[in-house]
Amino acid sequence: MFIQLLGYHFVHNALWAGAVAAVVSGAIGVFVVARGMSFAVHAISELGFTGATAALVVGIDPVLGILGGSLLVGLVLGLLSLRGRERDSAIGAVLAFGLGLGVLFLFLYQGYATEAINLLFGNIVGVSDGQLRDLAIVGGIVLVGLAVLYRPLLFSSVDPEIAAARGVPIRALSVAIFLLLALTTAEAIQVVGVLLVLTLVITPAAAAQRLTGRPGLALLFSVAISLASTEGGILLSLEKSWPTSFFITTISFAFYVAARLYDWSRGRQSRVSSGASLTAQALE
Amino acid sequence: MDHLALHFGERALFEGLDFELERGELLAVLGPNGTGKTSLLRILLGLLEPSAGSVAIDGCPPRERCNRLGYVPQQRIFDRDVVLRGRDLVRLGLDGHRWGFGRFHTEDRARVDAALSEVGAAAYADAPIGRLSGGEQQRLRVAQALVADPVLILADEPLLSLDLAHQRGVVDLLDARRESAGTPVVFVTHDVNPVLHSVDRVLYLAPGSWAIGTPDDVLTSETLSRLYGTDVDVLRVRGRVVVVGTPDDQHVHHVENGH
Repeated sequence: MFIQLLGYHFVHNALWAGAVAAVVSGAIGVFVVARGMSFAVHAISELGFTGATAALVVGIDPVLGILGGSLLVGLVLGLLSLRGRERDSAIGAVLAFGLGLGVLFLFLYQGYATEAINLLFGNIVGVSDGQLRDLAIVGGIVLVGLAVLYRPLLFSSVDPEIAAARGVPIRALSVAIFLLLALTTAEAIQVVGVLLVLTLVITPAAAAQRLTGRPGLALLFSVAISLASTEGGILLSLEKSWPTSFFITTISFAFYVAARLYDWSRGRQSRVSSGASLTAQALE
Repeated sequence: MDHLALHFGERALFEGLDFELERGELLAVLGPNGTGKTSLLRILLGLLEPSAGSVAIDGCPPRERCNRLGYVPQQRIFDRDVVLRGRDLVRLGLDGHRWGFGRFHTEDRARVDAALSEVGAAAYADAPIGRLSGGEQQRLRVAQALVADPVLILADEPLLSLDLAHQRGVVDLLDARRESAGTPVVFVTHDVNPVLHSVDRVLYLAPGSWAIGTPDDVLTSETLSRLYGTDVDVLRVRGRVVVVGTPDDQHVHHVENGH
C-alpha cells in the first residue's frame, strides 16, 4: 500500500511542494526568531486566510488571495517597523480585525466547508503541476532574496544599533524581511494550513538555535529540521491516513524538545565541570 | 592624516562648534544629558545632518561613508539565546554591511583573529556571545570596532555598567590603538574620571554653550561657571575630578562611584 502510493504522481507533487515550502520556511525562520517576529508570522498567516476567503467570494484562485493578504499585511508591518510591545499590540489588533473579515467572507461564500478546513489545516495532496511550479518560483524568489540580504540581515537582526551606525539600511531591510516572510507564509499555508505555519517557520529555527552558536550552521540545521518534519509527515500520512499536518507538527515539535534537552544537558555538564574545577581549586 | 573639521550651528544644542582632531588624540565629550553629546556622534556617523556647517573625516563628509569608522556603543547585554559567536560579531564589523553571503577569505579570517587577540578575546571567541559576561562582550565590541582598521573611533558611553577592572581594560585597549595606529578617539561620557589619565582634550557641552581644551583648561570652576552661567565648583580629590553645583547636579554621583 505504502510503496504503491509512492508511485503516484500526486504523491510526488506533495513531496516536492512540501520540500519547497520547508526549505524556504526553515531558512527565513532563523531571522524571524532572531528578530522576535513569531507573532507577526501568525498574523501574516491569518491575514492570508482572510485573503483566501475573499478570493473564494469573488471567485478567483484562493492562492492569489493568500498571497495578496499576506503581502499587504507584511508591507504594513514592515513599513511601521515597530519594536517591542507596541509591535505586539498593533499586530494583535490587525490580526483580530482580519480574522473578523475572514469570518464574514466565509459566511458570504457559503461554499464547501472543506475549503475552509483545508485553508486552516492544510491540504498537501491536492497540489497540481501548475501550483508546484508557482510554489517553486515563489520559493526561489525568497531564497535569492535571503541570499542577497544575508549579511546585513544578520547584522541588523542581532545588533541593530551598530548595523545602523555602519550604514545598513535598517528600515528597508525590515520591509524586505516582512515581504519575504509574507511570500514564505503563503507557501507554508498551502502545505500545513494557516493555523500551523509556525510549525515550519518558528519551530525548526527555535530548535536550531539551541544546537549551535554559529549563524550559518543554525540556518542549515533549521532547513534540515523543517525538511525532515515535512517529508516525514507526508510519508507517515501515506502509511496511516491521519492528517499530514498532525505528523508534521509532531515531528518538528519532537526536534524542538530534543534540542532543548540537548542544550540543557550540555549546560548542566559545563556547570558540573566548572563546579568540579572550583572544588579542585578550593582543595589545593 | 586623521584630521577632522567640524562646523555646526544647531539652534538649541550647540552653535559654531569647530575643532580638528590630532593624530592619536583622545577627545572626551562631556556634559549633562540633553546637550547633544549623542547627536554629535550621530553627525559624525553620518546618521544625522547638522543644521548648519560641515564635517569632514579625512576630507570626506560622513554621509558618503568613504571612511571606516569604529563605533563602540553603550554596553547592552546580548540575549542569552542569540545565535552568534564573538568571532561572528567581530566579522560583522568587517563586512556586515555588504550584500550576499560573502566568501570568508583567509585574509579576512586573519584580520578577525588579529582583532580578537588584540583585545585578548581569543579564548572565548567561539562561545555563544549571549553566555559571556558583560566585560567580555564589551571587549568583543572593541574588537568589532577595530577590525575594519578605522580612521576614527567613536565611543558612546562604552564604560557604562562595567566594573572598574573592565572599565580600565576598555580604556587600555583604546589607548593601545591610539599608540600603535595613531587612530583618534572621540569618547562620549558623563564621567570623565575613568579616562582622565588618557584624555588629551575635553569638549564640554553645556546647555547652549560649549568649551574645548585640555582638561586643566576646561575642567575648572571658572570655565564651567561661565558655561552654566552660575557658580559651579570643580574639585580635584585624589586625582579625580568632582563637579559640584551644576543646575541638574548629576555630577555629584562621581563622588559615589569613585574610590
